[in-house]
Amino acid sequence: MGEQISLTLRAMFPENMALAFLLGMCSFIACSKKIEQAHGLGLAVIFVLWICGVMNWMIQKFLLEPGPLNFGKDLTYLGFLCFIATIAATVQFLEMFIDKYSPSLYMSLGVFLPLISVNCAILGGNLFMVERDYDFVSSMNYNFSSGLGWYLAIVLLAGIRDKLRYSNVPDGLKGLGITYVITGLMAMCFMTFAGL
Amino acid sequence: MADLKKAIVDPLWDQNPLTIQILGICSALAVTGKCMPAATMAAGVTLVTAFANLIISSGRNWIPPKVKIIIQLVVVAVLVIIADQILKAFVYDVSLTLSVFVGLIITNCIVLGRIAAFAVANPPVPSFFDGMSNGLGYGLVLMSVASFREIFGSGTWFGIKVMPEGYVLNGMVVLPSAAFFCIGALVWIQKSLTPKLVEKG
Repeated sequence: MGEQISLTLRAMFPENMALAFLLGMCSFIACSKKIEQAHGLGLAVIFVLWICGVMNWMIQKFLLEPGPLNFGKDLTYLGFLCFIATIAATVQFLEMFIDKYSPSLYMSLGVFLPLISVNCAILGGNLFMVERDYDFVSSMNYNFSSGLGWYLAIVLLAGIRDKLRYSNVPDGLKGLGITYVITGLMAMCFMTFAGL
Repeated sequence: MADLKKAIVDPLWDQNPLTIQILGICSALAVTGKCMPAATMAAGVTLVTAFANLIISSGRNWIPPKVKIIIQLVVVAVLVIIADQILKAFVYDVSLTLSVFVGLIITNCIVLGRIAAFAVANPPVPSFFDGMSNGLGYGLVLMSVASFREIFGSGTWFGIKVMPEGYVLNGMVVLPSAAFFCIGALVWIQKSLTPKLVEKG
């Protein structure tokens, strides 16, 4: 139990997907202009990362690693292809499902849902899980908490950028430049949680 | 011909994928601690983008729009698997330091972004060069950040010692957060040199 809690905390803070491994940065920078937007995208990332984590864990363990289902052959080199296909398919399926059963949620997520399939945080989380050889419970926990960490980071950044609109930024730094600097400062803050 | 030149020159400065188009940032920040992985990554991204553009652009007239994204992802994934296997076979140490980031070329937005923005609407040859030079523009930024961080953080360049004896290593530049500061500073320099690139608002 203690091990799981420490895994959760580690995945959320010192090993934060966005700020320590710099994953999902493109949407992190591009979609953090408004808090609502960041909130919707963050929730979608938590959800997709978690579901894909479970599915890809099963694919890795039962289909790719040598075992009875693939006649003892080692198919792990096909990992990338299988994982990205799973993610793209999950996102597509999720989109249809949400559209049918909760149109209001679908409207609020809007364009971000399809964008998630190319968010590197998802594929990255799944690849880390495979590389570190987590068992089933740990990988569910890991994927969920790293999604949560990503959500936290993007909402915080969106909040700061909201405030920034009233400050006086040098011309060349406007927009992208200052966002990088803020993200760098946030990354430093999150690193202080190391050893928690 | 003018188009071809534009496709080749633009991504190096005016339309640099990292500092202007906001594409492919994740990997750029993560692999720039040392020069060797950065150079490998840049080469990988350049080749994958170029060939993915070439393949998608050759098939652009008969790929059904409904399954477009899946097909693009599959093409890119196959290319990345090839690159990954080559790295593992020839430079195993580097492939260990890059760990998951080779796989992440698949979701590198440069590749998909250039496919969506250029290859689906242009013939194969310009697409190939567009991919290639976007990769080079990415590599340019990657190498400058990596050189800075390796020289000041570890006192070496491509593993060769360059700093004099007695130089105290700056531990901060090797932290991930320093990557943000470096790219932020690069954006600032670039935009100050070319004022038309400054963002409004």
